[in-house]
Amino acid sequence: MRLTCPYCGPRDHQEFTYRGDATAARPALDNTSVDDHNAYVYDRSNPDGLHRELWNHTSGCRTHMIVERNTVTHDVVSCEPVGPFAEQLK
Amino acid sequence: MSAFRLNLRDGVGTNLSDKSISFSFDGKSYRGIEGDTLASALLANGLSIIGRSFKYHRPRGVFTAGSEEPNALVTLHSGGRTEPNIRATEVELFEGLVARSQNRRPSVNFDLMAVNQLAGKAFSAGFYYKTFMGPALRGHKATRFWWVCEQFIRRAAGLGRGTTIPDPDHYARMNAFCDILVVGSGAAGLAAARRVAASGVRVIVCEESARAGGALASSPDFIDGEPAREWSADQIAELSAMDNVSILTRTTVQGYFDDNTFFAIERVTDHLAHKDRTVPRQRAWNIRAKSAVIATGALERPMVFAGNDRPGIMLADSARRYAVEFGTAPGRAVAVFTNNDTGWLAARDLAKAGVIVTAIVDVRTDIEASIRVLGEECRATIHSGSAIRSVKGMRGVNGIVIATYNELTGELGADSKTIACDCVAVSGGWSPAFHLTSQQGGKPVWDTELQAFLPGDPLQKWHGAGAMAGEFGLAQAFRSGEEAALKALADTGVAMPKQAAKIGSGPDIDGDEIDYAPAPVFEINSGGKSFVDLQHDVTAEDVRLAHREGFVSVEHLKRYTTLGMATDQGKTSNVTGLAIMAAASNKPIADTGTTRFRPPYTPVAMGAIAGEKYGHLAAERLTPMHDIHVESGAGMYANGPWMRPETYNLPGETVEQAYIRETKAVRAGVGIVDVSTLGKIDVQGPDAAEFLNRVYTNGFAKLPVGKARYGLMLREDGFLFDDGTTWRFDEHRYLMTTTTAGAGRVMEHLEYYRDFVWPDLKVALASVSDEWAGVAVAGPKSRELLKVCVKKCDVSDKGLPFMGLVDGVIADIPVKIARLSFSGELAFEVYCGAHWGSALWHALMSAGRKLDVVPYGLEALSTLRIEKGHVAGPELNGRTTPHDLGLSGMVSSKKNFVGSVLLQRETFSKQDRLQLVAVKSLDGQRIRGGSHLVAGSKDEPGISQGHTTSTCFSPELGCYISLALLEGGYKRHGEKLFATNPVRDAHVAIEVLSHHMVDPEGGRMRG
Repeated sequence: MRLTCPYCGPRDHQEFTYRGDATAARPALDNTSVDDHNAYVYDRSNPDGLHRELWNHTSGCRTHMIVERNTVTHDVVSCEPVGPFAEQLK
Repeated sequence: MSAFRLNLRDGVGTNLSDKSISFSFDGKSYRGIEGDTLASALLANGLSIIGRSFKYHRPRGVFTAGSEEPNALVTLHSGGRTEPNIRATEVELFEGLVARSQNRRPSVNFDLMAVNQLAGKAFSAGFYYKTFMGPALRGHKATRFWWVCEQFIRRAAGLGRGTTIPDPDHYARMNAFCDILVVGSGAAGLAAARRVAASGVRVIVCEESARAGGALASSPDFIDGEPAREWSADQIAELSAMDNVSILTRTTVQGYFDDNTFFAIERVTDHLAHKDRTVPRQRAWNIRAKSAVIATGALERPMVFAGNDRPGIMLADSARRYAVEFGTAPGRAVAVFTNNDTGWLAARDLAKAGVIVTAIVDVRTDIEASIRVLGEECRATIHSGSAIRSVKGMRGVNGIVIATYNELTGELGADSKTIACDCVAVSGGWSPAFHLTSQQGGKPVWDTELQAFLPGDPLQKWHGAGAMAGEFGLAQAFRSGEEAALKALADTGVAMPKQAAKIGSGPDIDGDEIDYAPAPVFEINSGGKSFVDLQHDVTAEDVRLAHREGFVSVEHLKRYTTLGMATDQGKTSNVTGLAIMAAASNKPIADTGTTRFRPPYTPVAMGAIAGEKYGHLAAERLTPMHDIHVESGAGMYANGPWMRPETYNLPGETVEQAYIRETKAVRAGVGIVDVSTLGKIDVQGPDAAEFLNRVYTNGFAKLPVGKARYGLMLREDGFLFDDGTTWRFDEHRYLMTTTTAGAGRVMEHLEYYRDFVWPDLKVALASVSDEWAGVAVAGPKSRELLKVCVKKCDVSDKGLPFMGLVDGVIADIPVKIARLSFSGELAFEVYCGAHWGSALWHALMSAGRKLDVVPYGLEALSTLRIEKGHVAGPELNGRTTPHDLGLSGMVSSKKNFVGSVLLQRETFSKQDRLQLVAVKSLDGQRIRGGSHLVAGSKDEPGISQGHTTSTCFSPELGCYISLALLEGGYKRHGEKLFATNPVRDAHVAIEVLSHHMVDPEGGRMRG
């Protein structure tokens, strides 16, 4: 599989680290609900089809990106940068 | 069977030179000819039994001439280069080659384990499930019967034995990009390669065997007036000369992955007698192609009949190739048994090469006159509408018994006729080799006309050509190769002139025209052991048994009978097995389906996958002071990728003596240790303080400039993640240190929060582990040492209090000095730019000379912190919380941070959790790491109540000690238990202590 890093271009997936389900949002810092945190840490939907994932180009520029990927065909639909510098990378 | 070497002449032994070669098999010396494979050389020497089968230990001979070989598996070489389960049919012979047969006791000709055959019924499909399933033994996971049998079964099972000696060879990994990859260089691959190469795009051609050309190498046909072999050699020479074409021979494409990525193994030196050790033994290629032409040909399949596994029975086309390419007659009298025209071609070519073909047995009655002529040419008796009822001979073939056969009912007549022969060449039709495209998930489609599965629709950018795509015969191969080439070129987006996009009539072919479609006959069922999977000893009856017991789906059939699960992955058995299952369940083969192939296509050496990550090419990280440690005689020790000094041994000192001496010297005086390996992260920005406050369990918001603080990090699930000190350089700048092993994952962890969770925080992170060199100066005389060499700062207790941080200069080197203690003694960490590291080390050593400073290594560093009860990697094992390690005081209740919510889960406050304690040996025995803490004696230890984590000899306590995690350990100080380690035969009496063994009040480090 190859991913297109917004900064470095298409690279082998071995250069990236999978950082988890990008649809799982951490509860706000002042949210102290154990249930909400439990859902964020453990509950995953394992979809059959399109999935949004967070990847880090760890062996490259270390940009984080949200990869939209089909879990059945492995087709990568999009790679969008996230983070404080995301706008500059678009 | 008595195979022998034919008289070599034009067209007989086309692969052979005239150079004689000696090699050994099972300790005996033989001679072969350059160009032989090990299989052809063994055959030429008259050897028929090459191996023993997996389950029944039946004698087995050479069955094929290629990588699909199920039987002739051997062990090559010796020592660290020992390689088991290698197909003799693929091994190119070289001077001095050493090979051994396998799975036999004591010898391949006389195997005691062959008694398994008598127990045939017991070893039928589902043997393990039926025999060993049942109520498990109390406290174990298996039945008592399995308990008793396991050791015998483990000894008997398996094929060749590997070696435990490290592999001395090295391997390389390659990355290649091309516009079009052509897999296979037979007629179709060659036609495609020529066409795409002419358009100027980048082309890679991979060929599994030593020479490009595929089946053209032994084809009797003429192309453009030249023998096919010579014609193909010219074509390949032309292609090789082109700049845009790379031809990789001895390269098997093993896998086809996403994004048109192919994985191939190139065998670089395996075939050489004198190996150039400067080049890798094998190369693992990752080839990314915009498009691919897959022309991997087809594999001949056998017929299944009683006794079809006898040595002397081989595939018809392989028999033909042994005669034509290797000048070796597979037997003195060959009978051909076929259900299709290609068997007749094989008979004709065998006879032409000088082999006696006594009979051709064909299950069909309706045979074209042009084909019957081939049989007459070789003066064989022809038995159409007949089939083999049985095979005579136990350790080889003495003859076959044939009977009339009804193709429609599948029944044998009552008649029988014996034909004397010592070799049976069998053809059951051809199965396209679409393994690569099947790996991709392409669903194969059954073609009733061809009686074969075809690859089906592409899911990626590839195009099939030749026999792989069901296009059998030379003319079809050339045409389909060109067609596939044009489609592949279209994929790459290369614009083509109209003229070039036309398919020409192709080269002029003069050869046999035959029908490749076989009669739909897969098995002659006459009772007696008929093998479907020769390598795993799966019989036709096993397949029917699976059906009777309800394992009807192909995936269940595979797992229940192990059909197609051996090292050959069922290359010659899959389709036949499915056909027998289809017949048993009265369904068409199309509805039975086929299993999906998995990479690799053939077995791959682990070394080739590890590549440069293994052995002397593996990356090592060295600290700036590395050379000094080596020169000082330190034993260097791999700590992850880092090389660190273990101990600085004096002459005659053991490692244990050295670390005890170093530890004592630190506690009594002063020592220095290289701590450059710690992870270091530069944290900057107006929100840096807030960021740190969120990722650490303890407060960081109010850390003043010029101070350091020890911090704990949790994962979101509340478990400990990492620890370290963070130093505040100025208002918006911090230096975070992490554990050596945790540096990478802490950086990723921080980046995740910075980028994804709190992108609004203004904070920048940079990994600076390699930018700084660090030396810890520890011991009651450490301040004295610094006073000798430090300029421009005050290191007194007032100027540099505990956890303080100052800038200074040592020997003109700008340094940062923090007063931190990992050892529990008065101690400092001195950091400077990495390139000054060795100068700093020398400066500190000479400043401490009068104080008898010692350098100390990882062992003493560890001993000091164990005695002090400081935690490190073995305690931060991903299953401990701050409460488990006596660090509850480090958890702020005044703020929220990563992990703060889930740390409050009820389970974490249970008092019977594993808690940090220390244990000391009461009987003088050493305590092993990973020992379990138990209450009982060595014979009846009882259940584990915890385990030891970090162990050492403590000079301070004068005995062996260890940190340990013990159930409810905080309240068990003073208890007497045992640290048991049955694997190492150790059972040590211990006493539980507080983990604060040295200076619990901390007076020394604060002094």
